[in-house]
This record gives sequence, C-alpha cells and structure tokens, in this order.
Amino acid sequence: MTVLTVNGVNQVVDAPGDTRLLWVIREHLRLTGTKFGCGLGLCGACTVHLNGEAVRSCQVEIADAEGALITTIEGLNGGQGGHPVQQAWLELQVPQCGYCQSGQMMNAAAFLAANPSPSDSEIIEAQQGNICRCITYNRIKSAIRRASDIMQGA
Amino acid sequence: MTKHIKKIGNLSRRQVLVGSAAGAGLVIGYSVLPHAVDSASKAIAAGNWDHQQYLTMDPEGKAYVYVTKCEIGQHVGTALAQAVAEELEINWEDVNVIYPDSHAKWGLMITGGSWSVNWTFDRNSRIGASARIALIEAGAKMLGASPNNCTAKNSTVTSNDGRSVTYKEILSKNTIDRTFSEEEMKAIKLKSFGEYSVVGQSKLPFDLPGKIDGSAKYGSDVFVPNMVYGIPVPNPVRWGAIPNNVDESAAKKIDGYVGAYVEKNGFARINTGYVVALGETIWAAMNAAKALKIDWDLGENKNVSSEDIRNESVKLQKDPSSGFLWVLEGDTDDAMKNASTKHAAVYETSIAYHGCHEPMNCTAYEKDGIWHLHGGNQWFSMAGPTAAAALGVEADKVVCHQYLAGTGFGRRTEPDNFVLAAQTSKFIGRPVKLMFTREQDMQFDFHRTPTYQVVEGGVEFGRMTAMNHDVVAGWSTKRAAPGFMPDSVDKKGKVDQFSTNGSDHWYDIPNHKVRSINNELSDKALPVGFLRAVAPSWTFWAVESFMDEMAKKAGEDPLAFRIAHLTAAGKNAGSPPNSVGGANRLKNALLVAAGRAGYGVKPLGENEGMGIACVSSQERGSPTWTACVAEVKVDPSSGGLTVKKVTVAMDVGTAVNPEGVKKQIEGSTLHGISLALYEDMTMKNGSIEQSNYDTWTPMRLDQAPEVETIIIQNGHYPAGTGEPATTVVAPAIANAIENAVGARVRSIPMTPEKIKSALREA
Repeated sequence: MTVLTVNGVNQVVDAPGDTRLLWVIREHLRLTGTKFGCGLGLCGACTVHLNGEAVRSCQVEIADAEGALITTIEGLNGGQGGHPVQQAWLELQVPQCGYCQSGQMMNAAAFLAANPSPSDSEIIEAQQGNICRCITYNRIKSAIRRASDIMQGA
Repeated sequence: MTKHIKKIGNLSRRQVLVGSAAGAGLVIGYSVLPHAVDSASKAIAAGNWDHQQYLTMDPEGKAYVYVTKCEIGQHVGTALAQAVAEELEINWEDVNVIYPDSHAKWGLMITGGSWSVNWTFDRNSRIGASARIALIEAGAKMLGASPNNCTAKNSTVTSNDGRSVTYKEILSKNTIDRTFSEEEMKAIKLKSFGEYSVVGQSKLPFDLPGKIDGSAKYGSDVFVPNMVYGIPVPNPVRWGAIPNNVDESAAKKIDGYVGAYVEKNGFARINTGYVVALGETIWAAMNAAKALKIDWDLGENKNVSSEDIRNESVKLQKDPSSGFLWVLEGDTDDAMKNASTKHAAVYETSIAYHGCHEPMNCTAYEKDGIWHLHGGNQWFSMAGPTAAAALGVEADKVVCHQYLAGTGFGRRTEPDNFVLAAQTSKFIGRPVKLMFTREQDMQFDFHRTPTYQVVEGGVEFGRMTAMNHDVVAGWSTKRAAPGFMPDSVDKKGKVDQFSTNGSDHWYDIPNHKVRSINNELSDKALPVGFLRAVAPSWTFWAVESFMDEMAKKAGEDPLAFRIAHLTAAGKNAGSPPNSVGGANRLKNALLVAAGRAGYGVKPLGENEGMGIACVSSQERGSPTWTACVAEVKVDPSSGGLTVKKVTVAMDVGTAVNPEGVKKQIEGSTLHGISLALYEDMTMKNGSIEQSNYDTWTPMRLDQAPEVETIIIQNGHYPAGTGEPATTVVAPAIANAIENAVGARVRSIPMTPEKIKSALREA
C-alpha cells in the first residue's frame, strides 16, 4: 500500500511501488485531466506538480512520490480553478483538441511561480518540453505572458 | 462521398417534423419514414418514427443541437449550433450541443475533408428556421395575433402591437404540431450575409472550459465496471506478421495479468494477426505486453524498406502503361513539342504519421445483446458496421458513443481500435479498455503514403501551354472505401481521388494531363490512410513548387506568372455554391497574402527570402481559396532553415465563428510546417523505424514562427477551414528557400541535409 497526497487528500493506493504516478492518478484515482502522451517523459502531457515542481508523472514511481504534495490540474489553485494560467488560457482560447493543455498549464504554472515575469526566451525554454499537436504554441506563449501580467495584477 | 449521402432516404417523401413530445418542448428533425406523417406530435409521441432529430427544445426554452460529428480540436459543435441559433432567434445562453450515439438513421456520420460546416450550414439554418416558424405560429395564437404580424428575437415572440411571449412560455404551455415538406423547407428564406447576429460571432466554444479545468472527457477517460485493460503487443513488421505461438510464462508472474488475446487470422481493417495483453490494471497490461514472448511468422513484407517503395514508384512512373488518367485536356505531347521553354522536375514526400496526441483507444463491452463502443471517432458509419462484421452480429447491434478526441487528423476515421477493443472484449468476456502505447500508435498508424511525382511543363509567350503530371502513391481509398473511387476520365479504370485531387488545379493550361498511379508495394507493406488535407498535401507541393520553377525558367515573376494563369475562364469560372467565383477568388487570396506580407517589396537580409504559393484545397467541388507567403532565412553552411514568418490569406466565404477559423488556420499552417520540415519517417525491414517522440520529432515551441492570418469574407457559402493551410506552406517555404539561396529542395521533409545537398547542386 502506498499513501499519496493528491490535491490535499491522502489516498491509499494498492499498486506495485514501481507503478508510474500517471497511471495511479488517471486510472486508479480517476483524475483524468492528466494525460498520457508518450510514456518516456518526452511530451509533457502528464505534467503534475510534486511539491510545487513540474514533473512528468509517467516517469515518477509512486514509491518515490509518497510523502510529497501532488497537485493535478483538478487541484490547481487549491482546487478552485481560475489560476492565472487558466484565466489566460481561457481568455486567449488556447486549447483546440485540449489533450496536452493540462500538462501545458501545469508546466507553465510551476514555471511562473518560480519566475513570475519571464522573458520570451525563458518562456520558450521552459515550455519546450511540452508538445502540442494542434500546434497552439503561439497562443501558449501569449497566454504565459498574459498569466504573468494577471499575477502582477495587470 | 456526396453521392453516398444522397442515397439515404427517399428525398421526395422526407418531411421535417416540428412537434411536442408529451405535450411540451419541441423536437425538430427530418422524418425518414417511407410514408408521410399527418401529425408531427402524434408521430413523436408514438415513438415510431425513425428520424434525424437535429434539434430539441425543452419546456424551459433551452435548445439542444445534435452534432453528429467528432470534436477533434476544431470546435465544430459550436459552429453548427451557431447556424441553428441564428435562424431560431434564441438567446445564445440557451443553446447546448449533444453528440448522439451512432445510428443508421443519421446517414453518413463522418468528420473529415473540411466538410462539416460546408455540408451542414444550410441544413442547420433551415432546421432553426423551421422551429422559429412553429414557435411564432404558437406564440401568435397565445397572443391572439396573426403569425404574419409577429416576429421572433431573443427567445421571444412579439406581435406588432408590442405584446410578447417567451419561448419558455410557449413551450411549457402548448403542444406544437407542424410539418414541413421538402419544398416548404427549401422555400424558407434564410438570412443573408450582413444580416447575421450569431453567425460571424466568435462564440466561446462549448468544449473549451472543460479543457481548461481538466474535466473534459476523452475516449481514454472512460471507465466501466469490471473492465480489464488491453495493450496491443507491437508486431515486428507493419503488415503481414502472424503470431504462431505465445509464451505466457513470464507474463503469468505479473500481478494482475489476465491473459492474452491472440488472433492468428487477423482482420482486414486491423492487421494480419495480432496479440493483446490483458491486465486488471494498465500497469499490469503494459508489463505483460513486454513480457509475452511471441513467435512470429514475419510474412512477405519483412524486408521492405522506404527505398524499395520509392524504387517501385520510380519504375511505375517510367512505365507508360501504369496508372489511370485523372485529367485529360488537349494534347500535352503535341504542346510540349512546340513549347519554347520546357522544364521537368521530380517532387517527393516521405511517409508521415498522424501523431494524434491521444493515442488510439476504445472501451468496449456487450450488454443485453448490444455492443457498446466508447471513444472519439471520426467515422462512426465505418467503425460500427466494421466492428459488427468482426463480431459476427448485425450492424444495429453495435452502438458507438462519441467523446472528445485528442486530435484526429483523419487517423480516427479508421475503425481498427474500435474493432480490436470489441474483439478483445468478446474474447475475454469482460469490458475492455484498449489503449495504444505511443510506440504502437506510431508504428501501427495508417500512415500518409510516401509519394513520387513528376511534373513537366512548357511555356510559350509567358503562358503555360502544357502540363504533364504523374502522381505515384499508395491508395488509401482503395483500402478503406473502394466503393467511393470514381472512374478515370477515359473510363479505363478507377482512380483514388484521395491520392490525386489538387492536381486538378485552377490554373488555365490548355493542355493538361494528370496520371494517377497506384504503388501496390506501398499498399501491401504500409497500408496508408487519410492525413489532414490528404492528397492536396502532396499534389500542391508539386504543382506550386513547379509553378515557381517554371516561371523562373521562363524569366517570369512567380506572382505575376500565377496571376496570368488564374483567369477564371471556362471550367475555372467555378459554380455556386462552393466554387462560385472560381479562380478569381484564388487570385484575390494570392494578392491579399502577397500584399500583406510585402512579397517582392519588403527589404530582406542576406540568405533571406520570401516564397509564395496558392491552393484550392480540398477538392475541386469544395475549394477553400488559400494563399501563403513564407519568409525564411537559410544558413548555407549547415543547411539550417529558420521560418521567420508565414502569412496566410484564406477566402472562407462566410466565417461562422471567426476565432475558430483563425485557430484552424494557425494550427493547420504550423502542422503543415511541421510536416514539411520535421516529421520524417522511414521503413526498414517492413517496420517503421521511429518509435516515440525522441526519434520522430514534430515541431516544438521554439520552432513555431509567427503566423499572420487574413480571413477573407465575401458572403459566399462557408468553406472548410481545418485543412487547406496544411497544404500551402510547404511549397511556399521551398520557393522561399530558392529565393533566399538559389537552392531548390524537392523532397519533404526539407531537412538541413537536403537543403545542403540542393545548395551543392545550385
């Protein structure tokens, strides 16, 4: 048994310790906002926060996540929704198919928490690992800038 | 495929019924019963009419628009609901969308070809209008007024003396009973461009909020009680392998291992044979898929490589007896003899992968004699009946349930994942959630065919007098829907239009011949499918690269040269509704893009260049007039290419949801660039060599150039917008590279190696 703290709730999970966190979040706990894209940490669709840091949950074994604060898209902003990143994503109508966007927003939220007013090149570097197949990249860049503005009260 | 639709129902007997069920609300749809109905309400109440119910309204006055399409990122439901709402005169806040289960009554349930809005706008407008007319009539009765003296606006019917009644009041207190004949439906006068208040507005897509808070439900988010997970085991070759023997001993040691579905006979729409590992958890199933030891018969394609397929194409093209004619006008041989300037070139494209970010999946189970298949799918009319055939049940015993799809790009027109999930569930006797891994998805795609094209042309006095165009490709329609293939122009055989269209372009060239040649080795070793925009992605690659090359060889400016051939004469005049205006609209889009980007005017730096291209994707009967200017910079030492900016002008006639159109143009433009530059794929030993995002490398964020979109609206009928820009960017970039550094690249993807090689030849 593994105890995981997901979005502030302790969850007892009956799964082998090497099970990837992604599958426990999605298929056991059924928090399906987190997506599977590649299974090798190459695309960022499965991005969640581990103690506030963006990680690829398809690469994290649940045994290693025990004791950490895990946040998924459903728990962003204390589960209230409306995180500045989500506000910006809605305002700029970023998603098309939407499949990668939870991971995009989780990545961007952790990045902006650490770097609230990034340069364009910092944005590109931070978001480089998240693939979008609808190729909404230009709106993603704009939305991160907009989220940064919202966070500064603009 | 239009032909197919017309077979459904006997049009002369079709009626639109607008009636209340159980004394309240409203149901609006086409009756496809063989006999006329005298009372809509009675028929609806009796539940004995098998009809296409496109709209319902509840006693609260809310409307539910039925969308028989798949949301693959294009927000199609919102645009289709806007068409209904415009004529229904309903408050937008009261509009909702419903994605119904598959049923034969809906006719062709397909999402593709940029057809959705184009095929549905008029129908949905009339459905909304018929409901409005019935509501006005009922409201007028309540007001004691003549319907002729009443109007509807904002969910309210108002008489000319100022009294009003809301849709909610009408629908909660009245039984409406109205039928419209086909003739009445046709006679309804719809609003025209300029009168719209909902159409033309960038309404927030219904599917958007759920994609921001994580609540959106995709096919892979389905759970049903007692389900097991199924993970396919990758075959060692793309097509032709058969599992002889499966050793489960290692898999059996995995906690949660359930078993393996081994299919030695295969199924035509999936593969020649296959194995699915089953587990109580997805982790157990994934581990089992790796632990199963399978002895495979590799089959006849075990040695096939990309080079073999290419060599076969070269051989076929050289053989004058190959292929069938798609275009035959004038006498190209004679015209070529007399041309003063001649040119010929070979254009190629590599294998391409759909790369849907949500890998293929489906959850399937049988309950009370009905098979339920859950997942996002672009072609229910194919998936349901194909699964039924595989299961050995009647087609009406299979129901497909629609979900959001993590992109489609045509991949989800294939039924393989639905059929495989159903077969696996039948085998194990439990519900199965089938999930492809990325590796499975990449290698067992129905890929975009590699293509080989030869174009030759001749110019006299600045005008092309001849164009010969040979298109060699794998044929997707022949595999997936051979009944849709039209006759060749000389009636000597069938042509796969989805491997050839686009080559029948809108330039005036009096002697024009297109030969479409099927590469059967490709068909055998690499079953090909339909990838966004399909044939125009390669035919316009050839045509628009060639137009530039021909112009330069003849000493003409590429823009002026194109314009000289876009005269809208004869067959290129176009016809209503879709192609009205013809080549004049393409010329206009070209001028808009060139003007906006400053083609030939804007100062450029060293090794920088601009290139133009214009296309009429998708088909000649459904063109979306699209032009592009690409601005690039080339590093001659490395062959490195930077696309600095692309400008895309698209004449969409009427933009139902302009922001939605803009997003489709942005996405398809960048998808086109990703395909043109980054998405290489190869076959070796019968297997796709790339397996995940490390070896197959689509565009990343830092590679996305600025995209400026110009949406041209002129009130013509709405055109499809999801695909055309995919086809226009590659030739614009190749033309820009030549203008930058004098090197002509004729092979997609345009990698730095190919650019360097072209520089050496320049």
